[in-house]
Amino acid sequence: MLKLTWRNITRHPLRAALTILGMAVAVLAFTLLRTVVAAWYAGVNAASPARLVCRNAISLVFPLPIAYLPKVQAIPGIEAVAYGRWFGGNYIDERHFFPKFAVDVRRYFAIYPEYVMPEDQKLAFMKDRRGAAVGRTLATRYGWKLGDSVVIKGNIYPGEWPFIIRAIYTGAEPTTDESRFFFHWDYLNESLKKSATSRADNVGWFLIKVARPELAPLVAAQVDALFKNSLAETLTETEQAFALGFVSMTEAILLAIQVVSWVVIGVILIVLANTMAMNARERRGEYAVLKTMGFKGRHLAGLIFGESLILALAGGLVGEVLTFPAVHFFKVSMGQYFRVFPLTRATLILGLAVALAVGLLAALLPAWRASRVSIAEALRKVG
Amino acid sequence: MTGNPALAPAPVVEIAHLNKSYRRGSQVLPVLQDINLTIQAGEFLALMGPSGSGKTTLLNLIAGLDRPDSGHLTVHGINLPALTESQLADWRAANVGFIFQFYQLIPVLTAYENVELPLLLTRLSRRERQEHVDLVLELVSLSDRQHHYPGQLSGGQQQRVAIARALVTDPTLIAADEPTGDLDKKSAGEIMDLLTQLNREFQKTIIIVTHDPEAAAHAGRIRRLIKGQLLNESEPQED
Ligand SMILES: Nc1ncnc2c1ncn2[C@@H]1O[C@H](COP(=O)(O)OP(=O)(O)OP(=O)(O)O)[C@@H](O)[C@H]1O
Ligand SMILES: [Mg+2]
Repeated sequence: MLKLTWRNITRHPLRAALTILGMAVAVLAFTLLRTVVAAWYAGVNAASPARLVCRNAISLVFPLPIAYLPKVQAIPGIEAVAYGRWFGGNYIDERHFFPKFAVDVRRYFAIYPEYVMPEDQKLAFMKDRRGAAVGRTLATRYGWKLGDSVVIKGNIYPGEWPFIIRAIYTGAEPTTDESRFFFHWDYLNESLKKSATSRADNVGWFLIKVARPELAPLVAAQVDALFKNSLAETLTETEQAFALGFVSMTEAILLAIQVVSWVVIGVILIVLANTMAMNARERRGEYAVLKTMGFKGRHLAGLIFGESLILALAGGLVGEVLTFPAVHFFKVSMGQYFRVFPLTRATLILGLAVALAVGLLAALLPAWRASRVSIAEALRKVG
Repeated sequence: MTGNPALAPAPVVEIAHLNKSYRRGSQVLPVLQDINLTIQAGEFLALMGPSGSGKTTLLNLIAGLDRPDSGHLTVHGINLPALTESQLADWRAANVGFIFQFYQLIPVLTAYENVELPLLLTRLSRRERQEHVDLVLELVSLSDRQHHYPGQLSGGQQQRVAIARALVTDPTLIAADEPTGDLDKKSAGEIMDLLTQLNREFQKTIIIVTHDPEAAAHAGRIRRLIKGQLLNESEPQED
């Protein structure tokens, strides 16, 4: 019977090939679109529930005074506090975008164990006031090596800012962003003290690591209460909520992408169902003949389901194999727009599961029809 | 002449007051009316009659491919109309071999694989199946063509493959609907000789539907259907 299933598939090689190809393209589109969505959400997923972000209550663009640091640190339940500031600025020109952060290096990287760098590089980075740590993706993109000097043109903070690459970090997780540029907050602050005193001694946000995730809401409330009615009130939320805030404006687009990914699957379902219906209709006579020999509806259904599943899964596998170079291409050509571009196992499994479901659904109606074929009537038509 | 005279005549097929009609919309079209027929074990019966007289319908009823509206129909003492679809399928697999006018081989399977098909429903091992298939292909003299696809065989050869397929499960009843209808004179003669041989040597009960008097001449007994009614055996022939 398996042989017959296989021979039935190869009966119309072109039809089978086109169906598999269509299925492959659909699954490719599906996994790719899902990966784009995942890329957007990556920041959210990478966030730890034990980390809080404390920023100016009015808006992220307003800073907080560094003087808050000891007060925050004094709150019970807090394990560590670090701080950072968005630098902006351009490398070469605006098109070469990557996020640049001024951070208090020592504590910042203690709170972020997912940024992994060799110990000697870390030391060198910490020691060098002008040192910078960059992600692997970034280093690869610009061919940076340790010791290279890089000049960033400031816009928020005008002037030319020279840095020396001292460390290249890698992500501990596939969702970790490997395209960030970190340098010393002290370096920025000292320059500001000389050139723009009013802007010195400020941070963009405090990063708070709580001892246990359950403490997060309580600690957040305490921090915000502490600075209530002060000049700069704070808004403290989990890193996840913070990252979601960034994503939410694109929520509608993400939803649209997800809808499209399912529409693509719907279209291929119709195509495969049509192919299967066409095949089954052509073979009505053969099904009737098989029935005269004593084959039953379930045998015929098995033939049809087998054929449909093989077509769908073959297409699904081809599509998934194609996904790898496609994702790689995306990463290379559009990497700067996405923090990470994670092709996860879950996406791949979902892609195959969807192919499987399409195969089953497409065979449903033809199998039901074939199992109900009336022998006498079908034979009359074929002689 | 009823096949092997040594075999005590026992009825295989017993039909009494059998009726069958088809519904076309609101119209009821009577196809078979009050059929009475008994076929003995080892008999070779030819059903003749003009087109549309109901020959195929009657053959299908006897072979368990269709159900009558009313009347008595037993084969080997089994009351076919009382069986469920599934039981009927099992019964067909074990008891009937069917041969069609247009051979009805599966085009994507070789002659060997086509003949093997009915055996896939049995518990036989691959090895045993091969023995059976080799045997019947030998019988229809097509051993050398077993790896050919139907499209690579002549009409007569394809019909021999179909006969081998009908034979491979060793059914007692063989039903053939115009088995020579699509063949030239020579091939038709070969097919009829083969069926005659099956009847004589293996005591198969054979029922064929045919328009061809020459083919019918091979049968031991001829019955005529006209407008859904069986003529008495004594009545004169006019086809
Ligand atoms: N499924 C069906 N629905 C409606 N009418 C049918 C059906 N099957 C057969 N008939 C009608 O029943 C009558 C007998 O058909 P049947 O096929 O048994 O004739 P036949 O003697 O085998 O004819 P032929 O020699 O042309 O094969 C015909 O009038 C045919 O139109
Ligand atoms: Mg007919």
